[in-house]
Amino acid sequence: MTATTTEPVPVAEAVPTRKSTGRAPGTEGTVMGRTIRYASLLGFLILILIPLYVLVVTSFKTSGEVNARQAWSLPSVWSVGGWKAAWATLAPPLWRSVVLAVSVAALSAMLGSLNGFVFAKWQFKGATLVFTLFLFGMFIPYQAILIPLQGLLIQVQQTPGMSWFDGIWKLIVVHLIYGIPICALIFRNYYATAVPNEILEAAKVDGAGTARTFWSIALPISVPAFVVTMIWQFTSAWNDFLFALFLTNRNNGPVTYALNELAGGQNPDYPSIMAGVLLASLPTLLVYIILGKYFVGGLMSGSVK
Amino acid sequence: MRKSRDKLVGFLFVLPSIILIGVFVYWFIFQNVSTSFDRVVTRATKRELHPGGVANYSQLLGSDDYQHALFNLLVLTVVFVAGTMFFGLLWAILLEKGVTAEGVFRSIYLLPMAISFIAAGVVWRWLLAPGKGDQASGLNQLLAMMGLERFQSSWWQSPNSFSMAAMAIPAIWQLSGYVMALFLAGFRGISDDQREAARIDGASEWKIYRHVLFPQLSPIALSALIIVGHMSMKMFDLIYAIAGQNSYKASVPSTMMWTQLFQQGDATAAAVNATILLVLVALIVIPYLYYTNKTEKEVRG
Repeated sequence: MTATTTEPVPVAEAVPTRKSTGRAPGTEGTVMGRTIRYASLLGFLILILIPLYVLVVTSFKTSGEVNARQAWSLPSVWSVGGWKAAWATLAPPLWRSVVLAVSVAALSAMLGSLNGFVFAKWQFKGATLVFTLFLFGMFIPYQAILIPLQGLLIQVQQTPGMSWFDGIWKLIVVHLIYGIPICALIFRNYYATAVPNEILEAAKVDGAGTARTFWSIALPISVPAFVVTMIWQFTSAWNDFLFALFLTNRNNGPVTYALNELAGGQNPDYPSIMAGVLLASLPTLLVYIILGKYFVGGLMSGSVK
Repeated sequence: MRKSRDKLVGFLFVLPSIILIGVFVYWFIFQNVSTSFDRVVTRATKRELHPGGVANYSQLLGSDDYQHALFNLLVLTVVFVAGTMFFGLLWAILLEKGVTAEGVFRSIYLLPMAISFIAAGVVWRWLLAPGKGDQASGLNQLLAMMGLERFQSSWWQSPNSFSMAAMAIPAIWQLSGYVMALFLAGFRGISDDQREAARIDGASEWKIYRHVLFPQLSPIALSALIIVGHMSMKMFDLIYAIAGQNSYKASVPSTMMWTQLFQQGDATAAAVNATILLVLVALIVIPYLYYTNKTEKEVRG
């Protein structure tokens, strides 16, 4: 048995870097070919960064300086007025989004690890069908469930003693539930390779039951899958707008709702709008920059493979 | 005994999730479909708004507003899918041989994916401002500064019926990096020996791509097509943020559903619309799930 030496495949290795071919990277092909390659890569890089340039530059301008003539130039005076105004409007919803995204990430990962473990290792009768039905739930347009969902949530809220169940609370429940499929998928794929069947057999021989095996064998090595799942759920809860629009209002909604309100006014104040966009995007951008490879790992599992 | 108890415990692990998905996905879909068949009569005038049954569907499908939204969706989807596939594959090809600072390029190409559609939409609303000439701002202003005035456009507000093609630009900006990551993982999964062998046989670079690499990437291309395609059908946030609520010009089924429900207070029409959207998405997703299931089984033996 060589099972114990089997390396768990890290979920995060989603886009492996090129294996060494003995040549230094970037030295393949002719000089001409290389020049064209780097020039196009740089060109696309600039194209992608254009909207970000506009965001940053505009957010530091004064309201007076935002006109078509100067829109693309750097601010003549760097002002934080836009940032202050955006913060004043967005601070409460930003805080609500933090509560939402953090709770959803933590709860979803716990539920996902349970589901993923069973679907990967303790197949019950009809498990494949159930799992496929889960996966379909991941792809549905949420429009198809929004009307009954809204109805049920209002009913719950109106039952005596449940009036607190509104805004962010509704969104936590909703994201937790509709995140079940993707979280189960990430954990299932992880456990399928990370926990060799031989170890499970050995645990069974030693008399460990399902719960015990999960707790002492699977869970301790689940950190990579937890990171991927939590990032995925944090990002989707943070970035969601559809559920927020249907289920919350301007007084209890998350930051996406507030941002849309801020941007949709009659006399748009572009510095504060653009600063608002940056503020609302900062947490997910930071997660992406710091934990990029795990972020990509989540993206990859979304393709079912 | 032991074995069946283990199975039971395992089943209890997943039971809560099965119930939740059962209720919140499948029972709600059923409820939505049943709402879509309602017969609706106005209280005051006793006028029949919806005849009920399947006729509700022919009513919506026959309406100009809905056909306009469907056509918009078709234009958006074709341009969006073609654009992301093109740029995704191109970037992957540019990167797959390994370039200096590959990580930087890859990270920045993927960066837009970390931003919400609503945040991106707010910026793109300004970038795609319709003013031209002296009124130009956003991208049109940038084009003018580069001496490319003739490429100025009213973008999604252009008077022609294919204006939704412009709405695909921000969507392509956000998702091409994702398709790139899929293809890049695919390229990296192919061993170098195959290329070397083809090279020794005297195959040109183009022939290696055409006959050795691309055929092996077709399952990934299919995944990318399905994922981007179904995202396009569900796209809501970006259009809502760029065009504003209730834009007829940029109306697609998913935004129209919001208008039907909240502006017109017509839950029945909204439910019909949502059901058709679900069927459209199911038509591409179910065969895909079936196909991945089958290949997985074959791989596992």
